[in-house]
Amino acid sequence: MLKFPIYLDYSATTPIDPRVVDAMIPYLSEHFGNPASRSHAYGWEAEKAVELARADVAALVNADPKEIVWTSGATESDNLAIKGAAQFYQSKGKHIITLKTEHKAVLDTCRELERQGFEVTYLDVQEDGLLNLDAFRAALRDDTTVVSVMMVNNEVGVIQPIEEIGEICRERGIIFHVDAAQATGKVDIDLQKLKVDLMSFSAHKTYGPKGIGALYVRRKPRVRLIAQMHGGGHERGMRSGTLATHQIVGMGVAFRLAREEMATENVRIGLLRDRLMNGLTDIEATYVNGDIAKRVPHNLNISFAYVEGESLIMAIKDVAVSSGSACTSASLEPSYVLRALGRNDELAHSSIRFSIGRFTTEEEVDYTIDLLHRKINKLRELSPLWEMVQEGVDLNTVQWAAH
Amino acid sequence: MAYSDKVLDHYENPRNVGAFGKDESGVGTGMVGAPACGDVMKLQIKVNGQGVIEDAKFKTYGCGSAIASSSLVTEWVKGKSLDEALEIKNTAIAEELALPPVKIHCSILAEDAIKAAVADYRKHQETKGE
Repeated sequence: MLKFPIYLDYSATTPIDPRVVDAMIPYLSEHFGNPASRSHAYGWEAEKAVELARADVAALVNADPKEIVWTSGATESDNLAIKGAAQFYQSKGKHIITLKTEHKAVLDTCRELERQGFEVTYLDVQEDGLLNLDAFRAALRDDTTVVSVMMVNNEVGVIQPIEEIGEICRERGIIFHVDAAQATGKVDIDLQKLKVDLMSFSAHKTYGPKGIGALYVRRKPRVRLIAQMHGGGHERGMRSGTLATHQIVGMGVAFRLAREEMATENVRIGLLRDRLMNGLTDIEATYVNGDIAKRVPHNLNISFAYVEGESLIMAIKDVAVSSGSACTSASLEPSYVLRALGRNDELAHSSIRFSIGRFTTEEEVDYTIDLLHRKINKLRELSPLWEMVQEGVDLNTVQWAAH
Repeated sequence: MAYSDKVLDHYENPRNVGAFGKDESGVGTGMVGAPACGDVMKLQIKVNGQGVIEDAKFKTYGCGSAIASSSLVTEWVKGKSLDEALEIKNTAIAEELALPPVKIHCSILAEDAIKAAVADYRKHQETKGE
């Protein structure tokens, strides 16, 4: 039995795994203690649960539990990492490098640092969505102190060359931050091997609850940060505030399940994604956005030419997906990520991000393929652009009455 | 985004979709918008000997509101003279479809499409008369 709308937006958020929910509930009722209470058993048992979760989060990325700092989510982790490192090391320099395709949590943080007098270089990516390492090397300066590059892009799912970037940064003593919100449970992360200094995590992209995340802060060689939240000195002074025990327990279980199951799960999800991709790319004039090989198995981002994204979303309301077009918000700007990949406005407007996950079934994928075939057909019947292309008109030669 | 029932109705069951034959007489075609902006409307009117629009067809690339605006306009222009058709204002279209502020441009585009179709028809008539 299919349940509508079919959820294919796992990159936006994931449902909480029922096993995670079960583990969380007792910490909302009987185990309500404050993990910072040192004087009684309520505090001790909460602290024990928090430290167990810390070990589980660290284990997924092969880090030491002492290197994990709890935050409210990846956005806060990005803020703490980039602002905290840039401010701490500002006597060495005030130049930061990041990518144009980063998440807004990184881009807007960098904008704020520009207001504080820092200089930021926003690097272009190649057409496949990946950073060109030569372009990266060329952008480095003597006063560069922080580099921030995401591991997995949220829109097109491509995996950046984190290992290579880490080597280059370490050689020059530059702090390297990686936003891994979309990577946990999808890509093997080994922080003993990767020369990454700071890494942001989110629970709710990996079947955990919303409102909890973590920042990895390397101890060897030691990375220093200026705290952005003060009051109480929790988390070694890096992030004050009473710990949300139930959320932390949830994140710990979610990351443990990811570690235990990701190898088999990603094979299954990869097969489903390929089934979806093959089923959709046999529609005429469709384009996959971003490199297909260097990509997480969960993501498929496709542009359907001559069909507008928002009307397509409307037509396929039986499936919950994201559009690369921001038409539904007040702005009419197409996705800045797809623009950075060199897609023209029209193809950027016509893109759909399908992201599949733990609870996606073959039946759901097949339904989606059939639905897309029918609706694309219908919308193209309605499309004057499609009509012109069928008549052999090159749309690039048309003088449009832009408005 | 929440669409009004009327937008949904026109979107689900668009009226008068299509195009007139290339050699049909009395046809005026207006094409407005640009793919880069996310919407393109093509409106065609077929005018009879008495100067009355007896049929209309459209094709639209755009969001649901753009499709609904052009579908509605094909219904409204039928039976009107050219001058009457030119009196259709975007505000009336926006009101009929209960368009939210961010979608007002769709109704403006539909009004522009009528003007462009009428202008195209009149241009053809002039060249024929010469």
